[in-house]
Amino acid sequence: MNYRWNWGIFWQVSPDGAHTYFQLLMYGTWWTLCTAFFAWIIALTFGSLVGVARTTPNKWLSGFGNAYVELFRNIPLLVQMFLWYFVMPELVPDSVGTWLKQLPNSSFYTGVVALGLYSSARVAEQVRAGINSLPRGQRAAGLAMGLTLPQTYRYVLLPNAYRIMLPPLTSEFINTIKNSSVVLTIGLMELTARAREMSEYSFQTFEAFTAATIIYIVINIIVTEGMRRLERGLAIPGYLGGRIKKPSLLQRMRLRGVQ
Amino acid sequence: MIEMDNVSKWYGPVQVLKNCTLNVSKGEVVVVCGPSGSGKSTLIKTVNALEPFQQGQITVAGISVKDKKTDLAKLRARIGMVFQHFELFPHLSVKRNLTIAQIKVLGRSEDEAMKKGLALLDRVGLSAHANKYPGELSGGQQQRVAIARALAMDPIAMLFDEPTSALDPEMIKEVLDVMVALASEGMTMMVVTHEMGFAREVAKRVVFMDRGEIVEDAQTVDFFGKPRSERAQTFLSKILAH
Amino acid sequence: MFSDFDFNVIYRSLSYLFLDGMTFTITLTVLATLIGVTWGTALALMRLSGFPPLVLFAAGYVNLMRSVPLVLMIFWFYFLVPYIGQWITGSANPMRIGAFASSLITFALFEAAFFSEIMRAGIQSVSRGQTAAAQALGMNYPRTMAYVVLPQAFRNMVPVLLTQTIILFQDTSLVYVLSIPDFLGAASKVAQRDGRLVEMYLFAAVVYFLISFAASTAVRRLNRRIAIIR
Repeated sequence: MNYRWNWGIFWQVSPDGAHTYFQLLMYGTWWTLCTAFFAWIIALTFGSLVGVARTTPNKWLSGFGNAYVELFRNIPLLVQMFLWYFVMPELVPDSVGTWLKQLPNSSFYTGVVALGLYSSARVAEQVRAGINSLPRGQRAAGLAMGLTLPQTYRYVLLPNAYRIMLPPLTSEFINTIKNSSVVLTIGLMELTARAREMSEYSFQTFEAFTAATIIYIVINIIVTEGMRRLERGLAIPGYLGGRIKKPSLLQRMRLRGVQ
Repeated sequence: MIEMDNVSKWYGPVQVLKNCTLNVSKGEVVVVCGPSGSGKSTLIKTVNALEPFQQGQITVAGISVKDKKTDLAKLRARIGMVFQHFELFPHLSVKRNLTIAQIKVLGRSEDEAMKKGLALLDRVGLSAHANKYPGELSGGQQQRVAIARALAMDPIAMLFDEPTSALDPEMIKEVLDVMVALASEGMTMMVVTHEMGFAREVAKRVVFMDRGEIVEDAQTVDFFGKPRSERAQTFLSKILAH
Repeated sequence: MFSDFDFNVIYRSLSYLFLDGMTFTITLTVLATLIGVTWGTALALMRLSGFPPLVLFAAGYVNLMRSVPLVLMIFWFYFLVPYIGQWITGSANPMRIGAFASSLITFALFEAAFFSEIMRAGIQSVSRGQTAAAQALGMNYPRTMAYVVLPQAFRNMVPVLLTQTIILFQDTSLVYVLSIPDFLGAASKVAQRDGRLVEMYLFAAVVYFLISFAASTAVRRLNRRIAIIR
């Protein structure tokens, strides 16, 4: 191999003259986390609403929910990103379009919306599966007590469903973090973009990508561990192991593939 | 033919087999019975090393099961086994179920294996079903195919692990009939079963197990006439009551 | 809004989009799936082998691939593959590797991690009794796997494997970051050349949607049929 190693590269000042490569990678990490965090808020909100809609007896609501999920799931994230960034401003009234294009950090806002809605379809799938995995009698019992349907969801179904959904939601959150790298295609300088920039300026590709890889792994571990603690904190004594049958690995995969 | 000497087995701290000693001579039919959880299924599976054991010795036709030098696959190919849940291969037709091990393990030709397989299928009365898949057969039919599959390997002995306990009552007889015929031809058989009628009619000896121990090993007549141990008496009175 | 929508630009570039772009995308998807499933199955067998070095290698490989974004992996492999080629062939300079080969290696190795998890679940879905029966018939480990366990594992997992292939099909659009003319790359090239971003990206979205939707509907139907047979 005729590759020249230089692990000291991180402490050298980059061509921007002000920051070391290490600092640039940290900025990238910050943007990755910000993008993923705000996208996740959108994903959880819309995903929960749509997921719940799909389990209601109302045909229109569940039909809308299904269409929503199919739409966002069957178009590649990158294409969705382009639709929001390049196409959407052209399709709205001119004044709004111009405002959108001139927005500072527009790639960040666009990225958050695109990634958030894309992830929301996947969250919706988990929410539906979580609610459907509850014993059928729970809904009936709630309604029989005189609770309205929304109250039944609010006080009976959802508190349990979210506990079941915690592990799959954790992996969806990690997916959202990973998928935030796609936002580099519309110009956001997140972690992967910074690593590539470093590789192009310094030619120390191996070092740059190794650093990014390690940062992603560390984020992964922190999120997984944090969620595990949350899960333990929220566990209801003697409940989960009992009546609720957690779907097996096989069933979960049947539902939506592995991610 | 099958010689078990002081076999003990543990799952972690739990001892599931305690110093089990048992011989099955050539041409003999031995029934192993006992309450559920007594270790009889574990015991029969140690014979062809499907269950490992920590202490003791088992030899089949003079070959040690535990010896590291023993080619286990080769030894197992000579011992037929019939399982509680049939374990036919669901992705293969009945015909392929009967021939696959003959071809891949014994190296028989496709024609030879097929001839043998179909002859045995005829013997268990299922010629008409050769091209079906296991899922299309009833439980009793599946178990008869499973017996034919084991016989196709020309085994020197047959092990039956509760062959009828997963069957609906009306199907038990068709499987037992095949087993009775097999015994009358002089096949060496070790049978774990609750079918006391079968034991009385066919077995030379009955072995009674409880809590991992062989409590009683008696001639069939003696076992049913007057079991020595109290535990066997209780078991018999319960199982023969209905 | 749609008044100046130019359908003609789509019509004019159809042959480029499909004969070049979509052919690249589909070929990449199919070959990456085939190689990925094979390598993934091997990884699953290593993971379940109980032999510590193999278990560690497979687990490490799968977890690494699953922790890192695909985009970063695409960059990684684009950088590494020439060096690996050099190392294997022993030549003096990093090997020159075409866009297609490079993407194929990337996707096959990346998706293998996901296929491996699917196959692991598939292998574990085959009951222990089946393994015992195969062993009782004198089959050794390779034979038990080849004739009894793996065929059943594949059958059980066909719908999931297909779903993963649809995801892979969508993921291939990310080769865009290497300026490789897959379907999206081709659409993007036309879009920029003719200044017709709206038309081309909407058209690309529709095409991806129709193919993925049709495929996932077919998989769902297959799933339902399998559920009935069981």
